[in-house]
This record gives sequence, C-alpha cells and structure tokens, in this order.
Amino acid sequence: MTAAASGTAKVTLPADDQILIERDFAAPAHLVWRAVTEPDLVRRWWHANRGEVISCEIDLRVGGKWRYVMMAEGDIEVGFHGEYREIVPNERIVSTEIYEGMPEGMPEEEAVNTATFTEEDGRTTLTILVQHSTKEFRDGHVESGMEDGLQDALDLLEEVAISLR
Amino acid sequence: MARAATTTDAFNAVAEPRRRQIVDLLAGGERAVGDLVGELGLGQPQVSKHLRVLREVGLVEARDQGRQRLYRLNGHALKPIHDWVKSYERLWSERYELLDDVLEDLKKEQSDDSGS
Repeated sequence: MTAAASGTAKVTLPADDQILIERDFAAPAHLVWRAVTEPDLVRRWWHANRGEVISCEIDLRVGGKWRYVMMAEGDIEVGFHGEYREIVPNERIVSTEIYEGMPEGMPEEEAVNTATFTEEDGRTTLTILVQHSTKEFRDGHVESGMEDGLQDALDLLEEVAISLR
Repeated sequence: MARAATTTDAFNAVAEPRRRQIVDLLAGGERAVGDLVGELGLGQPQVSKHLRVLREVGLVEARDQGRQRLYRLNGHALKPIHDWVKSYERLWSERYELLDDVLEDLKKEQSDDSGS
C-alpha cells in the first residue's frame, strides 16, 4: 500500500457500497472525541476552508439528532443531518447521515457512518466507515441516470490502479 | 445536474456489474472476445454490446490481429473517477488539518489546567 503523506486523510473503497476515511491525529482519543462532538469545536474545522459553518447542532445521545449546515462560497447552503445510533465515549459513534441537497424528485439517501477512535501512544487513529444504503437504492439511481455507481466505480478503479502498477 | 447518456461517461459505463467484470479481466492483459465470453458465461452478443459501451467511453481499445479482434484496457479513461475520489480525499484532508489546530489548542488547554 502506498504510504500517504503525513497529515493526509486516506480514502479507500473497501466494498461496492462503502467509503473508508482514515487519519491519524497527534492527540489522545478523548480530545479527538471532544473535537468531533462539541459544536463549538466542530464549527472550527468542519467547513474545510470552503465556507462558514452556520449551524451545528449535536444532541449526543442514542436517538439524538445532529445537523450541520455550511454556507459555501456563492451563498450555497449545504446541510446534513442524522441521528445517533450508538455512542461509546472516546471509542465509537454510529450515526446516520442524510444529505439535504438531493435534486428534486430524488429520494433522500440515509448513509450510516461508523466512527472509530483508536488510541496508541497518545495518538489517535480516527476511521470513518461510510456505509451507503441498499443496492436497490443505488441501482435505482443508476437507472434514473443519476451520477451513481460511484462506489463501485471507485472500488474498481482501485483494483485497476493496483493491477497496473 | 444533467447527466450524459450511459454510453458517454466512464462513471456510468462502469456502473454495470458485467462491464466491471470485463474491465477487471482486461486489467490482466489483452483478451479476445471469445476468451471473455468463456470467462463471463454470457452470450457473445451481450459481451460485444458491453465492449461497445466501454469502447465508446475510451475505457477499452481494440485492434485486429489476423482474424481475431483483441481488446485491451485504457486505464487513463478512469481518470475522471480517480479525480472524484481525490477531491473527496482533499476535502477530508483539509478538514482534518483544521482539526489538528483544534486538537493543539485542546492539548494546550489541558496542560495549562493540569499545571495550575
């Protein structure tokens, strides 16, 4: 596996309907936990330099809701929301995620994100596994001509890239 | 956003499972249609149809050798897909670089607290 430059998130595609984001942080797990669960702290990084976080609500309990909204360049509001399904402090959060900007007439998709915090020697590896919804949903999308099948495509791409090495 | 027709876009061309299988097989080297038919367990007309779609988006190239037509993969046509995942990775990298700053502040806060 190619080593990513330090400080770089690694995105891979372990299955047709999944995305895996991995990154190592020079801080213990309880601090990474705080930074991703306290609204005032989330507001400071979630925008990714692409705008301003205009709303960040976190009700951190099982069944509790979250919603992040960003005002992106060009005054475009980008919103996501979901619900917490599982919470193990400093270790694991399972939550749903719905993108609010689907084109009109398209069903909204609920993805399930599993964030895992693994501490070692004062450093923490944060992995987020994004599990997209059913194959039926995805195929429906493909048939409707939407930009989809991407997970598959990328999974494939990775295989091809490896085979071409 | 309006999408191009299935046959004109690499994303859609590889959204079909059989076409991905073909790409996988061709990733291992150049193949004749007959080979692909044998491997896929599909009829020759189906395989030819899929190959046509893949050729239209430039993912697959063909050349004639004697009476055989050989197909090979053009990995470069996957670049738009590659670029998409890269942009996704960049987004998260930038987010996490900002998160690093937040964590530095929290660590500092914590050591200040324990020092007082």
